[in-house]
Amino acid sequence: MAIWCADLALDRWRLAEGCARGQGSDAAPLALIAETAHGPRLAAVNAAAAEQGVRAHMMLADARALCPALGVRPADPAGDLAFLEHLALWAQRWGPWSALDPPDGLIVDTTGAAHLFGGEAALLADAHAQLRRRGLLARAAIAPTAGAAWALAHCGAQDRPDGAVLEGEAMLERLGPLPVAALRLDDDVLLLLRRLGLKRIEDLAGIGREALARRFRTRRAPAANPLVRLDQLLGRVPEPLLPVIAAEQPMVQRRLMEPIRHRALLDRVLTDLAEDMARALEARGEGARRLELAAWKVDGDVLVRRLEMAAATRDPAHVCRLFAARLDDLDVGFGIELVRLTAPWTEPVALAQADLDAGAERHGTSLAACLDRLTVRLGEGAVRRPLPRASHVPERAQCWAPPLEPQPGLQEDFAFHERPLKLLDRPEPIAVIYEAPDGLPRLFRWRGGVHEIARAEGPERIAPEWWRERSTVRLRDYYRIEDSTGRRYWIYRHGLASDGRGGAPEWFLQGLYA
Amino acid sequence: MPAGLRRGSAPRALSGAKSARWRPGIAASCRHTEVFASGGEATGAALALALARDARNADAEDQRPWLWVQDKAALRLSGRPYRPGLPEHLRHRLIHVAANTPEDALFALEEGLRCRDLAFVIGELAGNPRALDFTASRRLSLAAEKHGTALWLVRLDARADLGSARMRWRAAAAASPPPRWNPQAPGQPVWRAELFRAHTFQPGHWTLRDDGNALAAELSISDAPDHGDLVRGSGARSLAAG
Repeated sequence: MAIWCADLALDRWRLAEGCARGQGSDAAPLALIAETAHGPRLAAVNAAAAEQGVRAHMMLADARALCPALGVRPADPAGDLAFLEHLALWAQRWGPWSALDPPDGLIVDTTGAAHLFGGEAALLADAHAQLRRRGLLARAAIAPTAGAAWALAHCGAQDRPDGAVLEGEAMLERLGPLPVAALRLDDDVLLLLRRLGLKRIEDLAGIGREALARRFRTRRAPAANPLVRLDQLLGRVPEPLLPVIAAEQPMVQRRLMEPIRHRALLDRVLTDLAEDMARALEARGEGARRLELAAWKVDGDVLVRRLEMAAATRDPAHVCRLFAARLDDLDVGFGIELVRLTAPWTEPVALAQADLDAGAERHGTSLAACLDRLTVRLGEGAVRRPLPRASHVPERAQCWAPPLEPQPGLQEDFAFHERPLKLLDRPEPIAVIYEAPDGLPRLFRWRGGVHEIARAEGPERIAPEWWRERSTVRLRDYYRIEDSTGRRYWIYRHGLASDGRGGAPEWFLQGLYA
Repeated sequence: MPAGLRRGSAPRALSGAKSARWRPGIAASCRHTEVFASGGEATGAALALALARDARNADAEDQRPWLWVQDKAALRLSGRPYRPGLPEHLRHRLIHVAANTPEDALFALEEGLRCRDLAFVIGELAGNPRALDFTASRRLSLAAEKHGTALWLVRLDARADLGSARMRWRAAAAASPPPRWNPQAPGQPVWRAELFRAHTFQPGHWTLRDDGNALAAELSISDAPDHGDLVRGSGARSLAAG
């Protein structure tokens, strides 16, 4: 079943205003506007404005010229999407799965569920009634495929008694007279089809498959390829949908009788909340990876502090300790009256028995707790571990990842010849004195000191990765050198004199050997 | 080496408590070691890694991760750890901490020492920051001894001022032996290291070599206090006790 809330944004506005359709403030011309790069543009218009000739997607200035009395309110697409998500969960009353069809539609899988409502027609009638009761102007249709249901809901003739229910046979005969816009295609494809003179689905189906496939062979996305959409409409190819699943997040809160302004009291509240959260999580057999502490101030402002843990935990003392570092800069103003702790990201953690003896002996913290403390004080990117990466360019052969991230699935590390223990963050230029212009330098100057090269190995030529970099990147000739006092370095010459990619090659020092 | 220290070490060497001479693989109870090195070479970190591996050779089964903490100045001076260049058995277990200030680095070191899931901790600090005074150093020593995690603190371009480390090394790179197959190339890393402060060992100079599997040491005869062959012949056993 496909549901199309034809007037979702305005219906939400009416619900917020508390007025019925065409009554109260809805009686005057009104439009919802969205800010665009070229100025305000109308996102939705009500019936009174439409009578004056105002249409959606007009610029506000043009609409004002047509209808000077036009009232405007800001549109809220994020709120509309959130509302649609709630609506999708609510729509699971008619079937086990529902999926979003943004910006204003829903798909509900009612396979095998219609008889519970007394047949498909009765199910549709129920859906219409329930949606009308919620104050939504909606069109719904039931068909064997999601594409066909969508087409009927958006473009079908709903005034016929059985207009919205499509039985399995003769789909093309019923859907043929619908316009090609019923195929869920992009605007530019619709324009192209109109220019080609293909107005109805039956026009499109009348053309041979080969011709359509050849004409749209470069279009991979289903929304840009009429043939794929036609097949989806008729059920010849599968069309997976992403269902909406409700995830309940653990939440604990404390309403305070008196607004608190002092840190000691807030710490007390936080301890209580952490213990409540530990109980809530324990009941679900889960631990929190991310926690959000929201504090409502008396003046209505909300202070939010987020915390992310390296491993799932529900230890109240650990949580309190981590939050303590984050609460220092809290500006409570006239006081806090409500504190709420939620866990948006949880992972299963089995209950473990407290080890009475060993717990007292083995002091110290666990690795995850240690990493959490470091991350909270030093910041997100400070604690990391190096992971190998499939690249032969030295600085790209390792990447940095969060410390408890699993190792990526490489068959094996690249076997490099001899690599330095440490790599400078960016190679430092060195001034060199050559013996021969093409060969290894005899002396180089780095950070103000002069190094005389005593022994060297090389060159190891490392070419740029042409599939990743521009064609003007120069190759590098690496030398492993030891100077006269025994210090070992990794230096390279950037480019060749004759490669035609810039002037004379420069020398850099990149690594320090053990 | 300060003159007073050299004079003082000779009589006490016979007293038994301090007569043992350091050698690779010897069991040291020391949990907090400082290595002073120049910032323009990787000697400090390499020696700390070699010493850490030498100290942990007893339990090779240990697969716990280890921590490497650097402050910003040390990062700029001597670069970041490079995974393909790290020893094979250590590279997949490294957790690296890049701290902005020496205070943050000291905090990270202490947290690392208190963690029971870390094999050892290497810290790298540049210069003599105000935050690393004797009190901070003592805190680190106490944390290391209480929790039994070894700390190897590399001090780049630093003066050896007050500190509570049980062993203090001063190290610099030395010319490496020529490899067998390409005498023109640099060979296995070699360092000249001076143990100038130790609670249970005699101070001395060594030439340390990392031959891929273990640390090998040669006592530099020219610089060492003159005990003849006695100490080496006795297998580093305490002369007085023996």
